[in-house]
Amino acid sequence: MRYLIARRIVQIAILALFAFAPSALVMGNLSSSLWFNTIPLSDPFAALQIFLASLSIDLSLLAGALLIFLLYGIFLGRAFCAWVCPINLITDFASFVRQKMGLRASKFIILSKNLRYLILILTLVLSFILSQPVFEAFSYIGIVQRGVIFGGFSWAFVGFVIFVIDAFLASRAVCSHFCPLGAFYAFISRYALLKVRYHLSKCTKCFKCVEICPERQVLAHIGKEQKNVLSGECIRCGRCIEVCDDDALEFSIFDIRRKNV
Amino acid sequence: MKNRRDFFKTSFKTLCLCGGASFLASLALEAKEEYFLRPPGAEDEERFLSLCIRCGLCVDACPYDTLKLASVLDAAKTGTPFFEARKIPCYLCKDIPCIKECPTNALDNKHLAPDKGIESLQMGIAIVDSASCVAHWGIQCDACYRACPLIDRALKIETKRNERTAKHALLLPVVDHEVCVGCGLCELACITQEPAIRVLPRTYVLGKAGDNYIKGWDRDDENRLKESSTKKKFDSKKATQYLNDGDL
Repeated sequence: MRYLIARRIVQIAILALFAFAPSALVMGNLSSSLWFNTIPLSDPFAALQIFLASLSIDLSLLAGALLIFLLYGIFLGRAFCAWVCPINLITDFASFVRQKMGLRASKFIILSKNLRYLILILTLVLSFILSQPVFEAFSYIGIVQRGVIFGGFSWAFVGFVIFVIDAFLASRAVCSHFCPLGAFYAFISRYALLKVRYHLSKCTKCFKCVEICPERQVLAHIGKEQKNVLSGECIRCGRCIEVCDDDALEFSIFDIRRKNV
Repeated sequence: MKNRRDFFKTSFKTLCLCGGASFLASLALEAKEEYFLRPPGAEDEERFLSLCIRCGLCVDACPYDTLKLASVLDAAKTGTPFFEARKIPCYLCKDIPCIKECPTNALDNKHLAPDKGIESLQMGIAIVDSASCVAHWGIQCDACYRACPLIDRALKIETKRNERTAKHALLLPVVDHEVCVGCGLCELACITQEPAIRVLPRTYVLGKAGDNYIKGWDRDDENRLKESSTKKKFDSKKATQYLNDGDL
């Protein structure tokens, strides 16, 4: 449970920081923010869309986007999805409800995991054609976190719709099939240092980890091959690590020299 | 339906699906055509929308809480900043902190240049409804005139003989569209129940005369006459020959 609790604390603390911290500490929201009145942080995907839409980019936006890009691209991987994004609270709750109610997967809505990459490309192309940051225009991530940070209630309906889609229509539809931001982070975090290490010798092949993983395809080698979780699609939520009773999985950071042992 | 548990499960699922679908449908059906004012520096809506990252830094920077981020139900595009002059107008801070904080230059920082400043802003234009403005009735009121930060330039008082009483003057507020920046302080100050002076987006108000009209009293404008060629299109035969061509 420790990673789950840590994740919830981090997710809520980040929202609370944006909402309640004095503006000397942090201003803005997850799209773009200013820390201690000096350090800019920006969503690199939004910055990319804005660059394509306006064919110009402001220096402070570029610096902020680069900082976030390097943070996830070099170190944390797709951890944004599991540790920061407020939508994860909703979709995790939806999958909890789904599991508790014993709902089976729909036979009619079968989405490809690669759909999100298609949407990612489409978003970028449309941003260029329509000269507007397309995903930002309807981004449910933006709607929900702005709602929490700046007040109001209409975001709750959007959150409810996301919950309904994930709980009753298709399992993990929003985060792991649709979201172009998640796809963007998956794309840039292939070579991130933070990886989940796997020991075949300790594994008893109970597959509890695969059961609980929100992105099951990244654990395809479990029980078969001595290999770390290398895919950029792994959101580093650590749930596989905490359900494993055999210590076969663990976080590893400085893995770059070992070459995928 | 096998048992009660299954029944509740299915009804809960259906209820949630219907609720979600009806919210999406209500969003799709809602066509709001309300006007809204953009923060300083967002003159060109198209340019602004292509740059705004919807981060709310301008909202945080505003010391008067003027700016708000649009929610899904507001008329402005969701997440973009706007303000309502009658609630809280723009107080035209000298250093324009909203523009200063904007990370993407969506709020154009050309206004921060020392020779520009707040008077180069174009958020909207004040329009007087002479039917409900009590000054037009002959009641003395100059609330909007006094509230205007560009007093006697953006908002002037024009005097006119009051024909009804035949011994008083009407003190009428008149907006100079060249000077008015659209801060909305006049709209807030207006004493009538619904404001008789309102700030509207410039595109709602301004017309365009077209460049075929030349101001003869403006030397620069009249210079355009010298550059234009008079040769074009005039066919002197056309007027005399058309009867013979049988085109009629």
